[in-house]
Amino acid sequence: MTEEEKAIQFQQRIDAGEKIEPRDWMPDDYKQTLFRQISQHAHSEIIGMQPEGNWLLRAPSLRAKKILMAKIQDEAGHGLYLYSAAETFGIDRTEMIAMLHSGKAKYSSIFNYPALTWADMGAIGWLVDGAAIVNQTMLAKCSYGPYARAMVRICKEEGFHQRQGYEIIANMSAGTREQKEMAQDALNRWWEPSLMMFGPHDADSPHTHNSMKWKIKVESNDTLRQRFIDRTVEQAHHIGLTIPDKNLKYNKETMHWETSPINWDEFWNVVKGNGPCNHQRLNHHKKYHQEGQWVRDCARAFEEKLKSESAAIKSN
Amino acid sequence: MKQDNQFPQWEVFLQTKNGGPYEHQGTVHAADKKMALQNARDLYTRRNEGRSIWVVPTECIVASTKEMEEEFFDPAQDKIYRTPNFYKMPKGTKNL
Repeated sequence: MTEEEKAIQFQQRIDAGEKIEPRDWMPDDYKQTLFRQISQHAHSEIIGMQPEGNWLLRAPSLRAKKILMAKIQDEAGHGLYLYSAAETFGIDRTEMIAMLHSGKAKYSSIFNYPALTWADMGAIGWLVDGAAIVNQTMLAKCSYGPYARAMVRICKEEGFHQRQGYEIIANMSAGTREQKEMAQDALNRWWEPSLMMFGPHDADSPHTHNSMKWKIKVESNDTLRQRFIDRTVEQAHHIGLTIPDKNLKYNKETMHWETSPINWDEFWNVVKGNGPCNHQRLNHHKKYHQEGQWVRDCARAFEEKLKSESAAIKSN
Repeated sequence: MKQDNQFPQWEVFLQTKNGGPYEHQGTVHAADKKMALQNARDLYTRRNEGRSIWVVPTECIVASTKEMEEEFFDPAQDKIYRTPNFYKMPKGTKNL
């Protein structure tokens, strides 16, 4: 069979709704697009632990601390599920981490913003995890089996992430004047970056066409963003908060909330590495990766010792 | 000598209920068997999803491919007499 015939057959499988598994034939572009997306997704989960880790030792109660710890542990887990899915393309996790450190691989720009107050723990759960859930629920239907399975698991676990965030924000909104102001301030700072999480508009998104054709994505950036806006605006109003957008209005005909144009210059600026925390996030990851080297060395030495012991027993 | 790799890869299978099948979950990296089991527990049972785990070195997995699917499974395709509904029972037969 020629490459061209294989490509046609591949597209027929996709169109029929079949899932693609690691050992199946697939076009190089499909492989590369998915690898880039899954590894970026994995790095995002791992880097995403940092803004919250910043508040772990300052959580206002033991209950809050336990919840935050569980959420951060989930993010580590989600990163590992995704590295596991990305490794099905035959690229080792060591290489992926090297790509992150060299800047060749990216992570979600949302984590380049600082978490300034406790209300940010609420806003991150409510908005950032909320946006992620909209995106990931769609990705659970993705054509690549290992990615789709990882997404199903992640979506199940993330249900609590968004709810705990909204609980924090709702409690603060119902609290003292200062607490409510803090909640509003967090919403003001995280609103637009959350909208940017869905990526450029469909018309400006270079990967959208192929990704939709291959069912890597089954809905477009703008469709997902609008779903998030419609849900979130009403959740904000429900607890007496204001969406920081003077042009926000409800369109009765389309039954959607309309927002101001997004500041894409800001988006691209952060993607290029000029966000408030880009250097801090990456340096932190490099530092602890290097400092953890002795642990990996010890585990390896222990494995060698076990091997030589069992070899000695066999030869006796 | 410093090796900055993530240890060998292991496939993880989880039994969620007593008596149920062991189902594939994903992979972990670990230096030895014990670490592989512990990592699999930490990663795949944070919500008490399982009661028993198997870990198998990835290199030990042998898999059939999509390309060989048709030919490989062909021998089973024309043997519907292996299913009970293939057989005609006399009218009125009970408990069969």
